[in-house]
Amino acid sequence: MSAARDDILAGIRRGLRRGPLPAATAAGLAERISAHRRNLIPARAAALDHSARIDLFVAMAEEVQTTVARVTSGDAVPAEVARYLAAENLPAELVMAPDPSLDTIPWAARPLLSIRRGRAEPGDAVSLTPCLAAIAETGTLLLASGADSPTTLNFLPDTHIVVLRAGDVVASYEDGFDLVRARSVAGPEGWPRTLNLITGPSRTGDIEQRIQLGAHGPRRLHIVLVDEPEVAANGPPAR
Amino acid sequence: MQPTSRSFPANILAGLADPVLQRALGLARTGFPLRRQQAIGRLPEFEELRDQGRAIKDHTLGHLDFYLELYETNVAAAGGQVHWARDAAEARAAVLEICRSVGAKIVTKGKSMVAEEIALNDHLEQNGITPVETDLGEYIIQLRHEPPSHIIAPAIHLMKEQVADAFRAAHTELAPDRPLEEVRTLCEEARAILRPHFLAADVGITGANFLVAETGSSIIVTNEGNGDLTQTLPRVHIVVASLEKIVPTLEDAATLLRLLARSATGQEFSSYTTISTGPRRPGDPDGPEQYHVVLLDNGRSELLGGEFQDMLRCLRCAACLNHCPVYAAVGGHAYGWVYPGPMGAVLTPALVGLGEAGHLPNASTFCGRCEEVCPVKIPLPKMMRHWREREFVQRLSPIAYRSGLRFWAWLATRPSLYHAVTEIASRVLGWVGRGRGRFRSLPLAAGWTLGRDMPAPEGRSFHSLWAEHQRACKRR
Repeated sequence: MSAARDDILAGIRRGLRRGPLPAATAAGLAERISAHRRNLIPARAAALDHSARIDLFVAMAEEVQTTVARVTSGDAVPAEVARYLAAENLPAELVMAPDPSLDTIPWAARPLLSIRRGRAEPGDAVSLTPCLAAIAETGTLLLASGADSPTTLNFLPDTHIVVLRAGDVVASYEDGFDLVRARSVAGPEGWPRTLNLITGPSRTGDIEQRIQLGAHGPRRLHIVLVDEPEVAANGPPAR
Repeated sequence: MQPTSRSFPANILAGLADPVLQRALGLARTGFPLRRQQAIGRLPEFEELRDQGRAIKDHTLGHLDFYLELYETNVAAAGGQVHWARDAAEARAAVLEICRSVGAKIVTKGKSMVAEEIALNDHLEQNGITPVETDLGEYIIQLRHEPPSHIIAPAIHLMKEQVADAFRAAHTELAPDRPLEEVRTLCEEARAILRPHFLAADVGITGANFLVAETGSSIIVTNEGNGDLTQTLPRVHIVVASLEKIVPTLEDAATLLRLLARSATGQEFSSYTTISTGPRRPGDPDGPEQYHVVLLDNGRSELLGGEFQDMLRCLRCAACLNHCPVYAAVGGHAYGWVYPGPMGAVLTPALVGLGEAGHLPNASTFCGRCEEVCPVKIPLPKMMRHWREREFVQRLSPIAYRSGLRFWAWLATRPSLYHAVTEIASRVLGWVGRGRGRFRSLPLAAGWTLGRDMPAPEGRSFHSLWAEHQRACKRR
């Protein structure tokens, strides 16, 4: 296949009427990449203070049929999850990401809630995960795969519940990418296998353009937004 | 698939006479443009984003060799592998070889126009591998053994009754008299039928909306989540993508993503935008063990530096299809190959040859809507004109057509003769048609009068009115 590679690159250079790039030009392009220079970011979310940004996130998420429940502390999460499952007539049984950030939530306070930690299997009806960030601009969640964060949890079960800390609401996708870069060791080998930007439950309009939820992925996406005052006050600054 | 663009004129008549197609197109005509308008109305920066999107793509194409090499390096660093393919045959062979290396029997597929372009499903089937399309629209047309009629809504030419018929014929394990009247029921049935395939597949094949040089990632944008199940559950993930999908950084991808969903479906953002980099990491509880990218050229590199280079900016959003009066009248199958509408009228001749697809760039009223709505401002009408010029120069159009054009050029470049001839012609036509005020048929214009009447000229010509107006102005 390397003959194909050489042919294609030669064809590109022929079209562009030049040989391989001079070292100085290539260095300039490499510099452009490593600078992570941002293009225009819409003012919609970037211009807001943190609390208005959270409100925008909730409004945008609800617009695409995500449901959001706001609680004032991590301690209130198990009760909200139990309430939601009961209200949706779902079994009090879920598979939860092994992420240690969920360990501080007092799940034992709800002994009737049956919890397994790990990846999703075909029979699982409900999953619960944290998320790396939430993007206010379009009501989008950012989840990164990893040992503690199986991707199957985001797609296999019918219902996906996400615990979101208010401090993790950022303005833009670019803010989210910076958070991933900060977590990853330098270079692509440190980058997570999968980054999921999730905006509402699964849907299709493929038959007569009539939107139906739950095409192949989750039918429901429920966010438990934890508004911890001390976290919100220290939320990431606007960029 | 074999192109049938040569029979475009016959395809058009079939499309116009198809009542189901006309009902389905009626839904599309209003839905997509309205939702797009609402979405961009909410984003004041949309126009500026279009300019930036165009600049990102132009910059990347100008340094395409650099970004592709960097991309390959970073895919390898993340544990994946890039397979370069000069043409469709090499791409098919690369996919088949990977499938065989893991003894694959069932392959699930996310929607990919490049896979359609290289006719991947037929090739896999011929070699004993079962491809299962998982995007609902693609699944429907796979059951019906037909090509997509739209690049983001493959089954847009169908109504729910045809889908129900296809499901009844294919899902013979279900009760034959089950109710399938509701769209909801059809979606539920497809979900239930396809779920075991997702779990059983050995290889998952997706396309890519973007490839990111900075990280060696591929990005897919979907609403159903089928692409994610396709690439997460099997042991092997193969991405088939054409080389112009590359962008330098995630920041550049973000700008183009802001344009894509709004232009395509009128959504603020699609449900799932997924950035995939290499295979699963040590310790990851799920994800594919192998990650391959089949990188297809298939004639694209030849467009660089020429009058069709701008076409390589295309994001495949389908806004040009959704706003095209020709597409809206005849549907996508008339175009006879994988890419319909204005983007297809420009791209198809480049990929399958002008001799085969010469009709397509002629199928335009040049109303300009396609260029107006293109998120990266591709000058589609101008490029269709370039194809028409080439068709004329290469003597590919019929002799009568070329002689007519030659006569027209001769006349139109002699203004006084032109004015005299048109003045006489319009007076004669006006006199002949004075009774009815219109003509049902005219000699040499049957093609035009087939679908509508020709109004008879009335009163004086614009030229003579204008000349009189100019004289009056001077007198004042």
